[in-house]
Amino acid sequence: MLFEDSQDDGIQIGSHHLASRLIVGTGKYDDLELMRDSLDRSGTDCVTVAVRRERLYDGDGRNLLDFLDPQKFTLLPNTAGCYNARDAVRVARMGREILSQLGNPGADWVKLEVLGDAKTLLPDPVATLEATRQLVEDGFQVLCYTSDDPIVARRLKEAGATSVMPAGSPIGSGQGVLNPNNIKICLEYLKGDDPSYPVIVDAGVGTASDVAEAMELGVDGVLLNTAIAHARDPLGMATAMKLGCEAGRLAYQAGRIPKALYATASSPEEGLVSTRPYKSRFWGRP
Amino acid sequence: MTRVTINGEVREIADQTTVAQLLTQLELNDQRVAVEVNLEIVPHQTHHQFILNEGDELEVVTLVGGG
Repeated sequence: MLFEDSQDDGIQIGSHHLASRLIVGTGKYDDLELMRDSLDRSGTDCVTVAVRRERLYDGDGRNLLDFLDPQKFTLLPNTAGCYNARDAVRVARMGREILSQLGNPGADWVKLEVLGDAKTLLPDPVATLEATRQLVEDGFQVLCYTSDDPIVARRLKEAGATSVMPAGSPIGSGQGVLNPNNIKICLEYLKGDDPSYPVIVDAGVGTASDVAEAMELGVDGVLLNTAIAHARDPLGMATAMKLGCEAGRLAYQAGRIPKALYATASSPEEGLVSTRPYKSRFWGRP
Repeated sequence: MTRVTINGEVREIADQTTVAQLLTQLELNDQRVAVEVNLEIVPHQTHHQFILNEGDELEVVTLVGGG
């Protein structure tokens, strides 16, 4: 009765309320049917989408939007692939125009991604900050993909970001949360005097335990794509991610025990029938 | 004829073509695209009035899968 007992009422990101703490990307699936079914299994109600040039020759073809129910999902358009603030702002505005026409609530927000380098896909912090300022001024709720640098995270929040989304590790790398200490510092800086401020780990998770680990640190949600889309069995992994996210959140709320150097017996000492090598249970201190 | 650039490709279209007419000619669903002309978004509600001029540079974009 684990899930019935959980009191999780979801995540609030600016004006958007999401029932699931998992935000899932729509890229890299073998086909659109598999994407649709994987999204269903993941339990997400918010998916990221990219803005790209239309093909001019073969008409509409199979369109992503035929496989995403705009009543079911809040779409989160991204600025993926942009390498400067100017392009990111343009792409954000184009995404807003399409989503407004679709009547999707996601028209007023954007996942801002301004890259600094094609090999690492690491964010350009200076350009990300600049684009954040411009988009906030333009009325967007900006969710910033950034590195796990706590100082940059703080600057993005100060610039008006609705959510700061530090990467666990490089996009699509599947390395998990490489520096949990930095994520903890980000959480402290961003949520210390503002506990409801949403912090989301975006990118880098490879499997369900990575999501659980991120959630156990106290982040509000996890955004992922490749780990499901490129799993051997995307449907199975989507379910695992959903459970990992729920498990991690519950564990965070329940409070883990501190890590100790020495053991603590779980069975009582009293009434023990055995002999011991030393008088004390502390080795080396008879 | 009027020469415009659409998504980086030069095309000749009839004079006085509107954005809405161009999208119809390209067999694109107006509801699922955004159109930018010379770096400015052309809002959907003005697609029928917006007439394209010689040398205009258009971007016609849609949503695709992404993370």
